[in-house]
Amino acid sequence: MVVTLAHYLAVAAMLFTIGVFGIFVNRKNVIIILMSVELILLAVNINFVAFSTHLNEVSGQIMAMFVLTVAAAEAAVGLAILVTFFRNRGDIAVDDASVMKG
Amino acid sequence: MDLTGALQIAASELTLAVGAMVLLMLGAFMGEKSARLISILSVGLLIGASAVAATSPLGVAFDGAFVSDRLAVFAKVAIFLCSAVAIVLADGWMHRQRIARFELPILIVLASVGMAMMASSGDLISLYVGIELHSLALYVLAAFHRDDLKASEAGLKYFVLGALSSGLLLYGASLVYGFTGSMRFDDIAAVASADPGPGLIFGLVFLICGLAFKVSAAPFHMWTPDVYEGAPTPVVALFATAPKLAAMVLIARALDQGFGGIHDQWAQVLVLISLISFAVGAFGGLVQRDLQRLLAYSSIANIGYALLGLTAGTTAGVQAMLMFMTLYVIDQFGFFAILLSLSRGGRPIRRIADLAGLKKDRPLTAIALTVLSLSVLGMPPFSGFWGKYYVFGAAADAGYWQVAAAGLVASVVAAFYYLRIIKLMWFDPAPEGVEATDRAPIEAKTVALASAAFAFPLVIVGLTWLEPLTRIAATGYGAG
Repeated sequence: MVVTLAHYLAVAAMLFTIGVFGIFVNRKNVIIILMSVELILLAVNINFVAFSTHLNEVSGQIMAMFVLTVAAAEAAVGLAILVTFFRNRGDIAVDDASVMKG
Repeated sequence: MDLTGALQIAASELTLAVGAMVLLMLGAFMGEKSARLISILSVGLLIGASAVAATSPLGVAFDGAFVSDRLAVFAKVAIFLCSAVAIVLADGWMHRQRIARFELPILIVLASVGMAMMASSGDLISLYVGIELHSLALYVLAAFHRDDLKASEAGLKYFVLGALSSGLLLYGASLVYGFTGSMRFDDIAAVASADPGPGLIFGLVFLICGLAFKVSAAPFHMWTPDVYEGAPTPVVALFATAPKLAAMVLIARALDQGFGGIHDQWAQVLVLISLISFAVGAFGGLVQRDLQRLLAYSSIANIGYALLGLTAGTTAGVQAMLMFMTLYVIDQFGFFAILLSLSRGGRPIRRIADLAGLKKDRPLTAIALTVLSLSVLGMPPFSGFWGKYYVFGAAADAGYWQVAAAGLVASVVAAFYYLRIIKLMWFDPAPEGVEATDRAPIEAKTVALASAAFAFPLVIVGLTWLEPLTRIAATGYGAG
């Protein structure tokens, strides 16, 4: 079987959907949300690199590098905020983030 | 173009980025007591950067990734000045709260770099990098009051939903890239108008959803009320102004420049988003008890109006959006400065009901809040009216008069909650045994009175220079 562009796109779309659902459906743990965010970003990266190879055009791979860098920075900031939240609340369950309604 | 020319075009961002690093070093060596000094230097840096932005050459740099046109210059000057005012408000606040730290002004400066980048992005890479540069700084700012449970919860919610919106935006960007073969807006525009396939439209919708998150347009507004309620008031004052302006300019640029040929496709999406924003903003605000939550709903409705201006897809529409946003951010600073200046016994006044009988205690603040409420409500001749006048005019001219009519209805509904504030202040007696309000901090009072003064008498003079400026900004768009 030849792996074509469509296969890459399908994998990326699945990972993306899993990531989005991971954010919305998960009621347990904020860490899982962080993991889901990473999943979304990596799904996008697969898209970018697949398109880039398919089109024979390099800017998609440059974008993938930027996305990787930003994902690292985002994880750092997210974990730092999570630590302050844990210090105040003593727990990181998603349902506990509800002092304010909504 | 050679490197020197490119660096000159991006001079204001470079000034800010290098300046922020210098300030960071200064803060690190001087320790916590340097907070006041760093604030003053940051304000100076931002004002300097806006002067640099206004004078640096226009043009396209870095192979089309960075566009400095008149729209970008207008937006940058406005963004830098907004950030400077936010630092002024934040400095007094953090000293009163005894959490003075030098990182706060520096984070605002770093966010401004990102916002300036958003305003002059010419391709999808700089769009994404600009958005992330400003978002990462804003996530930290939202959780800045780190011993406060509400602030850290606000930061967490903002982070999670912000990260999700970046993901949606990126997924859209990847599809747009894949189906057009280029990151650059002008190349995308060429392909989009020639052959708009379903994949491209799909990507465009994702892109718009991601951007709508950033401007807190409904139905992507879930984070707004919580962040407005939980985050520190001066930080919310920043959230309500500069990032919204930057994101609106970015939407204008991405849609008009990158997808100008398929205006019909994205106009439908924007119409839908505006209509939902009108409804959520107007009806959601009716039941609020917290002042900052109320302002969140008010901002959702107002973003709807700004998006309505863009829906027109004409130069007049972009001009209307710029007019509206400029007048709107001035009103917002007034509101948040008033919130900062009102406290009883050291506790800030947060509930709407606590405004009862304010006229006895603080007549000047009551007048300012009245003027600002009437302005945001859209009562002529206050500044908010003129913003809406241009937006509705541009939308009606482009054939979207039904949406404009819906916007009018929404502002009538929203009038209820602004008028309730006015009624409470002027006609309701203060409850028995409530203590007098504290002395207002000088900087908050000044900002509040200045923006109230702008909202009414000064706006008549202001319009005579704002109108031509926004027209120049909107027409000199994309051009070098």
